[in-house]
Amino acid sequence: MQEKLFELIKESLEIEGRELEINDNFRDYPEWDSLGQLSIIAALDENFGVVIEGAEFSKINTLGDLLAKVGSLSES
Amino acid sequence: MALITYRHTGIAGLAAAVPANTIDNYAYTEHFEADAVKDVVDKVGIRERRFAPAGMCASDLCFAAAEKLIADMNIDKSTIDLLIFISQTPDYRMPATSIILQERLGLPKTTAAFDISLGCSAFVYGLSVAFAFMQTGGFRRILLLDGETRSRVYHPKDRKTAFLFGDGGVAAIIENDEKYGESFFSLNSDGSKESLIKMDAGGYRNPSSPETLMEKVVDEQGNIRTDEHGYMNGADVFNFVLLEIPGNIRATLKQSGLEQDQIDYFLFHQANSYMNGYLAKKMKLASEKVPSCIEYFGNTSSVSIPLTMVSQMKETLPQPQKLLLSGFGVGMSWATCVINSPGMFISDLVEL
Repeated sequence: MQEKLFELIKESLEIEGRELEINDNFRDYPEWDSLGQLSIIAALDENFGVVIEGAEFSKINTLGDLLAKVGSLSES
Repeated sequence: MALITYRHTGIAGLAAAVPANTIDNYAYTEHFEADAVKDVVDKVGIRERRFAPAGMCASDLCFAAAEKLIADMNIDKSTIDLLIFISQTPDYRMPATSIILQERLGLPKTTAAFDISLGCSAFVYGLSVAFAFMQTGGFRRILLLDGETRSRVYHPKDRKTAFLFGDGGVAAIIENDEKYGESFFSLNSDGSKESLIKMDAGGYRNPSSPETLMEKVVDEQGNIRTDEHGYMNGADVFNFVLLEIPGNIRATLKQSGLEQDQIDYFLFHQANSYMNGYLAKKMKLASEKVPSCIEYFGNTSSVSIPLTMVSQMKETLPQPQKLLLSGFGVGMSWATCVINSPGMFISDLVEL
């Protein structure tokens, strides 16, 4: 799931030429913006069937936290 | 659960008016760099919008649409027993704009009139209110007006909303006839999400003051607005739509007894192309069954569904169709209906 999630984040934010790390704060990426966030929302729904409520998503900062959240929601 | 079934009431005709003043969204670069504008405009898919010039109100657009529709359908004004005006950009805080329009349109004093204040869900809500009144038997015809000057609600220096919204007004004639068969409505609200789309000041909770009219930087991206401009958290709205709308559509279809593929056209609130495109894909809807006018008029709030019908379905709506309408937005408020349209009159689009 981690590999797939990272691939989706890179596609959504159009990140090229570098690898993502599990402890990265994705909100600090120079590519992070509200348009990219829309793409991430669609990608998580389409690929994992997961929609994270806005209030919850705002508390998630690292890729590790995002991975854990997607993991827990996709199981339920 | 507000699930409602009406019998023998329907939309007889529909007209729309938009300002002639056309904004080229790619050239809307006064406050932002052209490259950044292109990124936003490409994603939201809004090439053009219509902005009402100073002095033109939502009611003026609705008035023009109503006069056109009444003339085209040769309607006797004395048979209009109720006028409903839907808007969150009315002429005044009081009196209700519907009452001013009663006189302006030359409707008799025996006409009932009131306003409904809702946003993107409001055309479907308004249809339900009109249909419910018609079911009582006390009304021969209802004139349902829905207009917005949403371009004035948002600040041109707030990139989260600056490229999305436009203006328009529509008029619909609602009548009773057995040919309309049954129609099915679902109406919903979630006030816990009131701050997803909001204008903080200028009402009675936070009255207008010199402070609320001051421009200020509101976020880390440097967006600028006053407290009397609207704001929107687009990502949270998208989440809300994914969580609520597909399920609401399925529930309304179930109530109607129809399968998804028995619907001829799905008319969604025109929010932005990215969100609407994903919603259609998620629902597995063929693009030819999902008419859209977002490219030409932007997000016109509650006007966007009927404006799509007038501007994109002039040839198809006069034929019998089964339609599903779904509006969702500020509130949060959302409503879906399945209506039987045995043949709807559509006026030519009016430009003011």
